Amino acid sequence: MAVVDVELKIKRYNPEQDEKPHWETYEVRVEDTDRVVDALHEVKWHHDGTFSFRRSCVHGVCGSDAMVINGSNALACVLLIKDVGTKISVEPIRGLPVIKDLVVDMEPFFDQYKSVLPYLINSKDPGYEERKQSPEDRARFDDTTKCILCAACTTSCPVYWGNESYVGPAAIVNAHRFIFDSRDEAGADRLDILNQRSGVWRCRTAFSCTEACPRDIKITQAIQEVKRAILYNRI
Amino acid sequence: MKVHRHSYDAVVVGAGGAGLRAAIETAGKCRVAVLTKLYPTRSHTGAAQGGMCAALANVEEDSWEWHAFDTVKGGDYLVDQPAAEIMCREAIDAVIELEHFGMPFNRTPEGRIDQRRFGGHTRNHGEGPVRRACYAADRTGHMILQTLYQQCLARDVNFFNEFQVLDIAFSEGRVSGLVAYELATGDLHVFHTKAALFATGGYGRMFKVSSNAVTLTGDGPGVLYRRGIPMQDMEFFQFHPTGIYKLGILLSEAARGEGGILRNADNERFMERYAPTVKDLAPRDMVSRAILTEVREGRGIGENKDYVHLDLTHLPPEQIDEKLPDITDFVRTYMGLEPKTQMIPIQPTAHYAMGGIPTNISAEVVVDGDNTVLPGLYAAGECACVSVHGANRLGTNSLLDIVVFGRRGGAAMAQYVNSVSHADLPAHVEDETRGLVERLRSSTGGENVADIRARLQEEMMDKASVFRTDESLRSVLDTVRSLRDRYQRAGIQDKGEVFNYDLTEAIELGFLIDLAESLVVSALARTESRGAHFRDDHPTRDDANWMRHSLAFRNDDGSVRLDYKAVVGGKYEPMERKY
Repeated sequence: MAVVDVELKIKRYNPEQDEKPHWETYEVRVEDTDRVVDALHEVKWHHDGTFSFRRSCVHGVCGSDAMVINGSNALACVLLIKDVGTKISVEPIRGLPVIKDLVVDMEPFFDQYKSVLPYLINSKDPGYEERKQSPEDRARFDDTTKCILCAACTTSCPVYWGNESYVGPAAIVNAHRFIFDSRDEAGADRLDILNQRSGVWRCRTAFSCTEACPRDIKITQAIQEVKRAILYNRI
Repeated sequence: MKVHRHSYDAVVVGAGGAGLRAAIETAGKCRVAVLTKLYPTRSHTGAAQGGMCAALANVEEDSWEWHAFDTVKGGDYLVDQPAAEIMCREAIDAVIELEHFGMPFNRTPEGRIDQRRFGGHTRNHGEGPVRRACYAADRTGHMILQTLYQQCLARDVNFFNEFQVLDIAFSEGRVSGLVAYELATGDLHVFHTKAALFATGGYGRMFKVSSNAVTLTGDGPGVLYRRGIPMQDMEFFQFHPTGIYKLGILLSEAARGEGGILRNADNERFMERYAPTVKDLAPRDMVSRAILTEVREGRGIGENKDYVHLDLTHLPPEQIDEKLPDITDFVRTYMGLEPKTQMIPIQPTAHYAMGGIPTNISAEVVVDGDNTVLPGLYAAGECACVSVHGANRLGTNSLLDIVVFGRRGGAAMAQYVNSVSHADLPAHVEDETRGLVERLRSSTGGENVADIRARLQEEMMDKASVFRTDESLRSVLDTVRSLRDRYQRAGIQDKGEVFNYDLTEAIELGFLIDLAESLVVSALARTESRGAHFRDDHPTRDDANWMRHSLAFRNDDGSVRLDYKAVVGGKYEPMERKY
């Protein structure tokens, strides 16, 4: 652990004052084992209180603080200063409208998530006991249950930047979570939704989403599994 | 400042597990709005890791009565026993219902919900650990939060995201409205409503080392406390034994449930001395005290000898990958250590408020020593105090609490709003909130909010955490009062309306200061040691004088008036707490 001086370049935008975004640079003193979010807090708390960004759990499980750090999507609470260096640039995630500083409009993202019917659909009365599911069946969708809806994947996707009607990786991940759940009955409906123009076929397997995911979900693989399920009509 | 007006039958404040479960229960029965200062999926329920206990007996013999006994004993007999019995009995249905909602529990080879061991949960009244915790890897809370949110979407629940509730109105002796601040615009919103259910979570951010989200600032309890509702059992705040050293990030008790061991500087498994039967799986208050006793007696580790080790190195690597993937990733990320081969530095971390808004078993808020119900007001989850956790909550019982009492509160509220009409809103209902916001926005005071908060957190950690004395509590009370003075002179830089977190952080600090004072005054008065409240100067439990709940009322100047009410007993007579 060592104290380090960090130069933070932050893309700022205040809709009440600015016509367009601009960069501001701040010098802050932090420990090298601190998180990037700690450095952002230092800016906010002791340099410029007008700087706005979302955060909550600050340990990578709530998904509030996805941002572009040194050019790549990440959660500010999962990256440590010693891993990103002492010159850090921070800007809002791309593809969603910027409201103020690092705060973007998340509504389009959640609308796309909602479009894939992200809830268990099963019309049979399960009775008073749990539905049975083998550990093997449970494992089929384990990876995609990890999603925290931070939008790091979707907003790293070059296809999404160019075409905002594309549902994006996060929505497909959450569709996958139900399509491959043996208890669910609406897989065919979700495959129909994802077979449309705005669905999985927009994906060009650039792997940006997989690289951006702070939960290490194998997103590209999940998208490929959905594509195969559509092609071969098999879940 | 623009003011918008809405009318609903019921409003849920907070969208973690308790709020979402309440919303599901009200859906289709009345017009309900759910207000959250975050997005629902950002709520701190998502950080819960290890499990949710229910005596399903899927993997070994178990009964809900044993669960209730453990809950009462774990809570050091300050638990209201009828409430604990309800929670433990309904736990079984609650888990099954979550599974039906789509919750991806880990499974047994036969395809049933798997269960594992957890601290304080025992077979047949303390004979030994029992497998009672249902789980989804070590992200059980995340999966519960996601599952409940998904079910709300399926029911088309009406969310107001990033709306922070700052005031409540009562008329004709019942709830008539809420005032919320919209983060995106800075506008105020008045909700004319027959009922409100508070499910805003905890306030662990009054302590320096905490597992809590930075947004856990006690806004819900704070709003009600300022409007005359007492806070119950505030002196009981749980410190989780295994927080990552300095950062406080939670490492689930499941690590010990899966076989992890605590070791001191001599590499000794010291819990064998403190809890010979259940060892590392003793309740959290006892383990946290044991850790800090080791530190006090010079057997701590590191440069300052101020931490101990959590040892997972003897566990099969595949068990770690399968059962504890998230927490071992935290250790790699934040400590740079490999838990399969290296021991993990840990220290107790402020984790859970047993105290809060007093409620009964229908999640109705009760406002005095006679348990008088305030019509239309409900609370559930960590912000509430039923009391099912008494002086110390058992691991996994919080996820259980939110689901059981969220459902009960939602059901009671839906029934209530269908039997009454709206009470008229008081005139100028938003004036108090407008004044608060405008005062802070126009303040020219030179005191810095972050500095006041940091000082509060340090003092509370040093003097009002695991070990307390009359002297330490008097000292911290002086500090809290001086911080209250400084807070009056606090200024903010951001004068804008759009996403002004400078402003909301300042407001949140006000709630933290209020609640810290109620905690310290309650702790100072309680001259005994019980559960998470340990007094070096009164180290034993005193049932003759203190088998009662504290009620802290706020005076206008922020000072505290104390009252008490009886603990509701049951079939388990208080006995010495040994494990």
